[in-house]
Amino acid sequence: MSKSVIEMPPKGGFSFDLCKRNEMLAKKGVNPPSFRKTGTTIVGLIFQDGVILGADTRATEGPIVCDKNCEKIHYMAPNIYCCGAGTAADTEAVTDMVSTQLQLHRYHTGRESRVVTALTLLKRHLFNYQGYVSAALVLGGVDVTGPHLHTIYPHGSTDTLPFATMGSGSLAAMAVFESKYKEGLTRDEGIKLVAEAICSGIFNDLGSGSNVDICVITKGGKEYLRNHLQPNPRTYTSSKGYSFPKKTEVLLTKITPLKDKVEIIEEGDAMEEE
Amino acid sequence: MNFMASKQPENSLLGPESDSQRTLYPYVTGTSVVALKYKDGILMAADMGGSYGSTLRYKNVERMKAIGKHSLLGASGEISDFQEILRYLDELILYDNMWDDGNSLGPKEVHNYLTRVMYNRRNKFNPLWNSLVLGGIKNGQKYLGTVSMIGVNFEDNHVATGFGNHLARPILRQEWHENLSFEDGVRLLEKCMRVLLYRDRSAINKLQIAKITEEGMTISQPYSLKTYWEFSAFENPTQGAVGSW
Repeated sequence: MSKSVIEMPPKGGFSFDLCKRNEMLAKKGVNPPSFRKTGTTIVGLIFQDGVILGADTRATEGPIVCDKNCEKIHYMAPNIYCCGAGTAADTEAVTDMVSTQLQLHRYHTGRESRVVTALTLLKRHLFNYQGYVSAALVLGGVDVTGPHLHTIYPHGSTDTLPFATMGSGSLAAMAVFESKYKEGLTRDEGIKLVAEAICSGIFNDLGSGSNVDICVITKGGKEYLRNHLQPNPRTYTSSKGYSFPKKTEVLLTKITPLKDKVEIIEEGDAMEEE
Repeated sequence: MNFMASKQPENSLLGPESDSQRTLYPYVTGTSVVALKYKDGILMAADMGGSYGSTLRYKNVERMKAIGKHSLLGASGEISDFQEILRYLDELILYDNMWDDGNSLGPKEVHNYLTRVMYNRRNKFNPLWNSLVLGGIKNGQKYLGTVSMIGVNFEDNHVATGFGNHLARPILRQEWHENLSFEDGVRLLEKCMRVLLYRDRSAINKLQIAKITEEGMTISQPYSLKTYWEFSAFENPTQGAVGSW
């Protein structure tokens, strides 16, 4: 019996070995490079016909704003959208992944996706990674069973709520919701309240800023209002544009090409061998 | 001859006092205080809870007190340190009265005194573990300021401590305006205190509102706010997602 030299494939699942090493290094003062976070204000609320999601548009890398106008409301299904706070890569990857899983599931079942499906797929994935996938999500949508709004925390717990906020600006936004939310809001009242909550996050939290994105989902369809409000325009831009000082006088122009143009063969893809 | 050498801590750079006399953590704490300027003076609100860690130990703690004729002090943080500050201020006001010169310490002066006390204590690594709100009115001039336990001080039209900074100040920034009437001011403070009641775990539904004007200071009887829990979504939250919560 020869000794088996076959490489056993890893047993699957995430290997947490390096996490202990990282913690030890952090204690000694060696910090990992700061990653792009969406220090954020994201909100959702249920109104009489469906769900309204809102988000700010600032992405930060430590103390620097790296993206002034990023998109935090991610597409999951035609009737389900998800706002993400936390590490930008994690929220993008996890929502993309579940979105494709939902599409395959739609093909398989021939039915419109349900919000609880997205919820379960997301929370199973996040729990599996024990909080290391740093994504805090507000998931909202309308399906055959009605409008739904859920929050999902990085460790995998979920809440089902009539109004929800997440991210660093969540307290500022929640202050607005707790004082002004009531049941049976109309579409315009709902949009106004969501915009107010996001603005409260933008102006009172340093991790949130720039513009307000809103997504309204109803039984009939969805409406994605990108940059619905722009309360932080660039001020002091010069109205007369930029004019450069008088150039040096041009006496003579002569252009000599450095080499002849290349002959382009019409047929055949450049990638093909023949 | 030194048989009993005094117990010097290893880090004797910090001074001759032994470690057991320095404040390391707070024990009995009060939560946020919210205050704003209105037409006739200052309005301040604080609940009456004293938490001992995660237990709500004391439910009848008055965290706002009048200082002299012109000022009102509210504190969050360690209650024993607040009581110590009240003794310092008592002495200050007493000495001021002994001059008997018709002049009295106004809120600006008391605020400056408190800032110096807090900052100097922090420099000795023995802080008074409080965030203070000092409001008052003297000769028609309204004044509202705050000092933190490390000595950060500033004055503004509306201030809050602790959780109030995150939950109440956004509301105040949006809805405060000059010359609020008394009713509007109370309504605005109650709005802030209600949000704090919903979202701060150490808040209790028993609060007092204090008002200070040229005439003097009055502090209301303790009362509670009405809360609303009847959202239909709370009645059966997992109707659409059976098994989750």
